[in-house]
Amino acid sequence: MLSDHAVSIVIFAGIDVIMALSFFLPASAGQLSAGQGGFMALGAYTSAYLSVHHQTPFPLALAAGGLVGSLVGLAVGFPALRLRGLYLVLVTFGFGEMVRVFFLNVPAFGGPAGFAGIPPATTIWYVLGLLVVLAYFFTRVGGSRMGRAFTALRDDEAAAEAMGVNSTYVKLAAFATGGAIAGLGGGLYAHYTLFIDPEAFGIGRSLFVMLYAVFGGLASFWGSVAGATILSVLPELLRWVKDWREILYGLLVLTMMLVRPQGLLDAALLARLSRGERAAARG
Amino acid sequence: MFVQQLVNGLMLGGAYALVAIGYTLIFGVLNLLHLAHGEVFMVGAYVGLALTLAGVTPWATLGGAMLAAAALGVVVERVAFRPVRARGSHVTPLMTTIAVGLVLQHTVVKIFGAEPVAFPAPFASTALALGPVTLTTLQLLILGTSLGLMALLEAFLRATPMGMAIRATAENPTVAGLMGVNVSMAIVITFAIASALAGAAGVLLAWNFTALSPFFGVKVGLKGLAIMLLGGLGNVTGAMVGGLVIGVVEVLSVAYLASSYRDAFAFAVMILILLVRPTGLLGARLQSG
Repeated sequence: MLSDHAVSIVIFAGIDVIMALSFFLPASAGQLSAGQGGFMALGAYTSAYLSVHHQTPFPLALAAGGLVGSLVGLAVGFPALRLRGLYLVLVTFGFGEMVRVFFLNVPAFGGPAGFAGIPPATTIWYVLGLLVVLAYFFTRVGGSRMGRAFTALRDDEAAAEAMGVNSTYVKLAAFATGGAIAGLGGGLYAHYTLFIDPEAFGIGRSLFVMLYAVFGGLASFWGSVAGATILSVLPELLRWVKDWREILYGLLVLTMMLVRPQGLLDAALLARLSRGERAAARG
Repeated sequence: MFVQQLVNGLMLGGAYALVAIGYTLIFGVLNLLHLAHGEVFMVGAYVGLALTLAGVTPWATLGGAMLAAAALGVVVERVAFRPVRARGSHVTPLMTTIAVGLVLQHTVVKIFGAEPVAFPAPFASTALALGPVTLTTLQLLILGTSLGLMALLEAFLRATPMGMAIRATAENPTVAGLMGVNVSMAIVITFAIASALAGAAGVLLAWNFTALSPFFGVKVGLKGLAIMLLGGLGNVTGAMVGGLVIGVVEVLSVAYLASSYRDAFAFAVMILILLVRPTGLLGARLQSG
């Protein structure tokens, strides 16, 4: 069927999509996080530690990683209540760096030498399965009371509060859920690469996660899916340019953001796509 | 011993402050984050390396790096900020500057290689003993240059018409424009100055660490962000003080605690500041987004 190389591309792209969705969720409530790499690290280290030292079954270890991600997400959400826009971006930056330095300094997690010997457990089915669950979750949440509260909060916080949206509760929920998704992504990552070190979850990771979601467009979660898929498969497509690859990649992203600053899938394009779908269903 | 560490910290902090001032100038004028500023700093250091290897004097090296960085900063403004400024989103410039940073980083990798390279000392440094403190002439040069540049900047912002135009633009670009300030020009000059300071900091820190790597900019860039927050967004004096504070804290933490925590302190201080006093130590205009 699929070659090993193709499987690894699908798994890494899938994990990138999961991470982009973990950014998208709080972002859809107007909360921009530049620290998703930190939550990913928490999920990766928690699940890896459980697998290696307690022989915890993989689904349970994965869930524990998600749980730690969501609890820490809740803790990060509290300062976020007082901060907006770029201030929030900066404090989540700082959070991601603190997590990195934490794992760099705790000997139980291997410190700078990294954490090795993680049993292989992530298969393409785990990744695709989680993606299907997330896609179901995002389609359901979109039209729900919570989903509408997210949108209201993003568009105008004061107006949302005046309409009875409990902004404290909604923001904390957004951060905790985003943290949980990133934690799950981290667990899948750790049990596929089988070796993790703090540098894998640094600021570079967090910025790329943000880039995936914004590149795809923040109008719908499909934007994150499209953005992360395209940008994580793009380096494979650029193999022929050899060592010009990263430069060309950067130039392509720059050009795209200048041409379509609102991202690939904006509201207009989504409306056209869903109209097309309905027309197809009628015809 | 303690005084010696303090002096070492001030030297490091002076160079950090130059980077942070660049961030805060750009943030003050545009209310946007320039995530490729660390890369501009790194490119400045590499231009310095190329000039040093070509046998240019230390002062010309510093000047050349500043000029090159200033030119690069103006290009970044033209490419990554101006086209998306009209949209008023603060997210898009984050993305365009990440992309520009990626291009700059890998262009340097392509030219100089990904491995760290040695940065030759500008001159044979001699040690001066001042009571309990030992200073090398190189350390004096680094500290003196960064303090001198900060003083020049302060004078420029306070006493020249262009400095006033920049301050007016930071206060309110619309009103400044109505009062006859050429806002676009003020923004370009701000980028040139911010980037020139980053280029100078690149050469000064390369002299200090005697080595250079294409990924040097990420670390120092992050520290610059933390310092900007510490001093208050858009507050130039705050960035100067914040840089010196972070430099001293870092050196003291290495001397008296574990060295692997050195990078954590800047961010711990930054998060604490955001929680306790989000306007920074010296205050800033609070932005809603």
